[in-house]
Amino acid sequence: MGILEVQNVNKSFGGLKALTNVNLNVEEGMIHAIIGPNGAGKSTLLNCFVGRLIPDTGAVTFDGQSLLGKKPHEINQTGVSRVFQTPEIFSDLTVLENVMIPCFAKRDGAYSLNAINSVRNEKDILEKAEQMLVDVNMADKRDMVASSMSRGDKRRLEMAMCLSQDPKLLLLDEPTAGMARADTNNTIELLAEIQEKRHITMVVIEHDMHVVFSLAQKISVLAQGTVIVEDLPDKIKGHPKVQEAYLGGAH
Amino acid sequence: MFGLRKSDSALLLIVIALTVLAPFILNPFPENSVMAQFNAGYPDLMQRLVIFGIFAIGFNILFGLTGYLSFGHAAFLGVGSYAGVWMIKLLTLNVIPAIVVSVIVAGAFSLLVGWISLRRSGIYFSILTLAFAQMSYALAYSVLTPITGGETGLQPKVGDPRILDAALEEGVTPRANLFGMFMNDSYDMVVGGWIFTFNVGYYIAAICMVLAFYLSIRIFRSPFGLMLRAVKSNQQRLNYTGIESKPYTLAAFVISGMYAGLAGGLLVAMDTQAGAERMFWTASGEVVLMTILGGAGTLIGPVLGAGFIKYFENIVSKINANILETWFSFMPDGLSDVFVGIIYPFIGKGWHLTLGILFMLVVIFLPGGLVQGGQKIAGMFKNKKDGSDSATSSASAAPAE
Ligand SMILES: Nc1ncnc2c1ncn2[C@@H]1O[C@H](COP(=O)(O)OP(=O)(O)OP(=O)(O)O)[C@@H](O)[C@H]1O
Ligand SMILES: [Mg+2]
Repeated sequence: MGILEVQNVNKSFGGLKALTNVNLNVEEGMIHAIIGPNGAGKSTLLNCFVGRLIPDTGAVTFDGQSLLGKKPHEINQTGVSRVFQTPEIFSDLTVLENVMIPCFAKRDGAYSLNAINSVRNEKDILEKAEQMLVDVNMADKRDMVASSMSRGDKRRLEMAMCLSQDPKLLLLDEPTAGMARADTNNTIELLAEIQEKRHITMVVIEHDMHVVFSLAQKISVLAQGTVIVEDLPDKIKGHPKVQEAYLGGAH
Repeated sequence: MFGLRKSDSALLLIVIALTVLAPFILNPFPENSVMAQFNAGYPDLMQRLVIFGIFAIGFNILFGLTGYLSFGHAAFLGVGSYAGVWMIKLLTLNVIPAIVVSVIVAGAFSLLVGWISLRRSGIYFSILTLAFAQMSYALAYSVLTPITGGETGLQPKVGDPRILDAALEEGVTPRANLFGMFMNDSYDMVVGGWIFTFNVGYYIAAICMVLAFYLSIRIFRSPFGLMLRAVKSNQQRLNYTGIESKPYTLAAFVISGMYAGLAGGLLVAMDTQAGAERMFWTASGEVVLMTILGGAGTLIGPVLGAGFIKYFENIVSKINANILETWFSFMPDGLSDVFVGIIYPFIGKGWHLTLGILFMLVVIFLPGGLVQGGQKIAGMFKNKKDGSDSATSSASAAPAE
């Protein structure tokens, strides 16, 4: 039994079949990578997890509950956080404020308008947010306006925002795209460390094979909307189907 | 001070000083000078300056923080006004129940309007609020005449019940008061050629404005305010962060509606009347102009914008052709006629033209409003001195949309 189970998910956009009978089983505490060529349907699949899209047919269960029909904020409350392919951050707020918001959302309960309570006690939130920025190596950028940062920094900020909520499942859509080599390596270290310490289950979409093979404990290969192979990293490397659909096509 | 940061305390103190000293500041010209018509230190106008300041401060909590642009906020001011007059008619000539009930009724009405309008965002939200306000205006003007007085408006009458008051003496007209102090009581201080007027109603309204301003600082700086700014910045991200934005936007909507109700109640306290024209769409538009002109999303901006617009409305609109002619009388006849001819369209009833042009200039060249203008000037001075950044009084330096 996996913590995230996807069964026979189908999704079409008009005539385009973006996902066809997708099955996926993510085990608790694992880093599960999804790879595949551009347009394979990877982001679409994540959209079906967080309530941005509703699958035409199929089931998505997380921690024993169905995620279908839940609104994005409800899904987050069950412990799912997502880093998007194009950074979704609070562009005109400062970096620190960006991290404080998810901290407030987590502590004060999302639904309740707990303004009075949160006015009273802001200090622990501030400390938590600052610690989070230290963890992702962004403490020096704390007072910068988020929109003025590089794409890689925005993504790191988004990661910090998600991690500050201590999610059970972290979905990462190309977390290192736009990052310099050094930052990519930092991110790999950070994610590996977090997984080791906090046992957060992660689903990572990534084009950078260095990242994939450094982190993933299991890999699913998606091509044209279907999972063609799901296996351990070592087996994926030389898999003929993967060569053909992905690695072959890319070179 | 009072749980505020240093810069915010300074801002609060400046606002307190300005409101307390307004009778001096607004009357810089001696009474008999040519410039006396630019004096704004008379009670009626001073009251309006602070009351519309309250209206704009409240509007800014919704628009400045969440970015939701309501085009119907005058409805809450109007509903508050009617509720206030009814309290004066039914309960007592003391203004306190009138003001309190105005706030409550406007809050309840804005809860209803907000609940429905906030189902949509962007332009659809704006249109919904506008529709509600125009509906309220039309109802007040016609169908609800028994409650609102229709065209003639609502005023207290000698024969009203006023169950908490003793009967008025024969021939005395009902006047609103605060424990025996009448709103239009004033003390005139004569210094040389100057006359400074200290008016009871003005100071009551000014105290309300200072409190309203203080509360708005607290809201801006609170986690609640942070959430509202998050709504404006990226509502999607907020949802994926586990927050449903509607309770927050609705709370902001109701708070700003209650500010509008307070303004309405205070207007009633000052002139004991209410009319449907207070809810007309132009009145809703005016508070939008005030907020943007001053600087949406900044703390002090709406107060400046409200003061600026009300000052213009009252001063520029009073200049007429005769006054213009006396100004240019030193010129030869033909030339003075030309000048009067050029300026005439911009004064008197044409003050809207002046305001419109000023508004366009501000939006184009200072999208952050008067506050941004002030910061630019302050920045120029600072740069000359030490080249450091100017301190901002705003919640975010981002320009208003
Ligand atoms: N909202 C949408 N409406 C219409 N078509 C869409 C939508 N989202 C995705 N698609 C289409 O579905 C297909 C899969 O897109 P998706 O973004 O999931 O690919 P991806 O695997 O994430 O690719 P990439 O690696 O480039 O991010 C593409 O052909 C895309 O154009
Ligand atoms: Mg994608």
